Amino acid sequence: MTSVGAAKVRGMLLVMVAVALILNVSCKRQSRTEASFFPASNEVAGWAMAGDMRTFEAADLWKYIDGDAERYLKAGVQRVSTADYKFQNKVDATVDIYIMASAEGAEKIFQSEPAVNGKPIQLGDGARLSSQSLVFRKAAYLVQIVAFEESAETQQALLQLGRGIESRLVSR
Amino acid sequence: MSAISSSNRRDFLKKCLTGAAVLGAGGRMELLRAAEQEAPLTKSKVVIARDPMLRGTGATVDSHRMLTLLDRSLQALFDRDNPTETWKKLVRPGDTVGLKVNTLGGRGLSSNVQLVEAICERLQEAGIKASDIVVWDRDSDEMEHVGFHVSTGGNRMQCFGTDRVDYEQELVTHGSVGSRLSKILTQRCNVLINVPVLKDHDGAGVTIALKNMYGVIHNPNKYHPNGCNPYIADLNMLPEIRTRMRLTICDATTACFEGGPGYKPEYSWKNNALIVSQDPVALDYTGWQIIERKRAEKGLKTLEGDKRAPNYIATAADAQHRLGINDPRKIAVVEV
Repeated sequence: MTSVGAAKVRGMLLVMVAVALILNVSCKRQSRTEASFFPASNEVAGWAMAGDMRTFEAADLWKYIDGDAERYLKAGVQRVSTADYKFQNKVDATVDIYIMASAEGAEKIFQSEPAVNGKPIQLGDGARLSSQSLVFRKAAYLVQIVAFEESAETQQALLQLGRGIESRLVSR
Repeated sequence: MSAISSSNRRDFLKKCLTGAAVLGAGGRMELLRAAEQEAPLTKSKVVIARDPMLRGTGATVDSHRMLTLLDRSLQALFDRDNPTETWKKLVRPGDTVGLKVNTLGGRGLSSNVQLVEAICERLQEAGIKASDIVVWDRDSDEMEHVGFHVSTGGNRMQCFGTDRVDYEQELVTHGSVGSRLSKILTQRCNVLINVPVLKDHDGAGVTIALKNMYGVIHNPNKYHPNGCNPYIADLNMLPEIRTRMRLTICDATTACFEGGPGYKPEYSWKNNALIVSQDPVALDYTGWQIIERKRAEKGLKTLEGDKRAPNYIATAADAQHRLGINDPRKIAVVEV
């Protein structure tokens, strides 16, 4: 290889490394931002985070919600972050925060699900609360909280956790 | 109860007479052609076993009642009085048995651990060694998340996901499908017992027995267009799946009528039932009707009205697939 050719290859390699670094930093920044949406243990009374936050990019969404992923992809999902919680060591719950490309995407998913067994409540730009779940949207975020046990306290506890998350969602 | 009802015996005689007439008139080829066009002579049996007290007064399924419910369902399916005898009809010592569970829906809407334990107990009573039983799905973490304890090696029952052993390198194909199969299916079991969950499915309409085989391949995400049709039927035609499949035990203890396949409590109900059959198509058809009844009760459109009727069930029953029966007149639903 000539010295000019070698220089070109080195140059290309440097550009590729730089792009990879930028993407890596960007991903880490996104991940940090989303982590801040999830209240730490006891930031919302009675709720403790159980395990780590996981994030699935749009291309990998099927690994998390295979079969339902297409609906979210059509609505412009970018990624979802999820974490498990426990309420007073009695009720287990999972929080999913979907980051859509636009508020319209979040609304599209929210509206596509019938309000069976759920009642509309004031939270974010639209919300539904049932005995074991809370779904709400705010700007380009769609948040789903599911509790795995039903008790007298579950619904109120879900609402408190939902408010805690809603106040952390930042405009993008 | 006899496996062939009296009306079926009449059908059988009628078909024999028809066959004889055809043979007399046009010879052997016509008879074979006529036989191919005819529906199977016996009805496919689907048993729905219920126990309203399956959870007692709590939310968790009671293990003892689950075992009793399992026995009741299979004894009705095979017309046997003794649970061990029932299982001996399905497996024999030396078989390596895979229980393909469904854990994709996460906690709340996955195959019950208590059900799987009950199946494993009966398999061992039928002479299957613990280490010859493998409980599996695509991912070990998902299995642990819903309460299964991952276990590999030793003389214990095996329990893990395909992530631990990977998929075969070679692509297998049938019709629209080209996939790599889980090595658990190809290398760890010669008998497959399907343990799906009764669920609505956003793309396919419903996901029950046939669709659970999406958890056997490396690329299920490629097969969701057009309501998963004909992908589901084609996938179930793969000999590696078809020749191993002995029985489906559908966990309908908690079922989902909307918003599936993930768990959404507002669209789920405590159904406290098992649905069992050796015909996955008949089972899927029956499960679909159960979901439709629940949707009607909740004031929702039919799946057809929602533009997501599970047409793959008819494809699975068609002349190119013949995986089972989807004609309700030829399905004997027995409720116990």
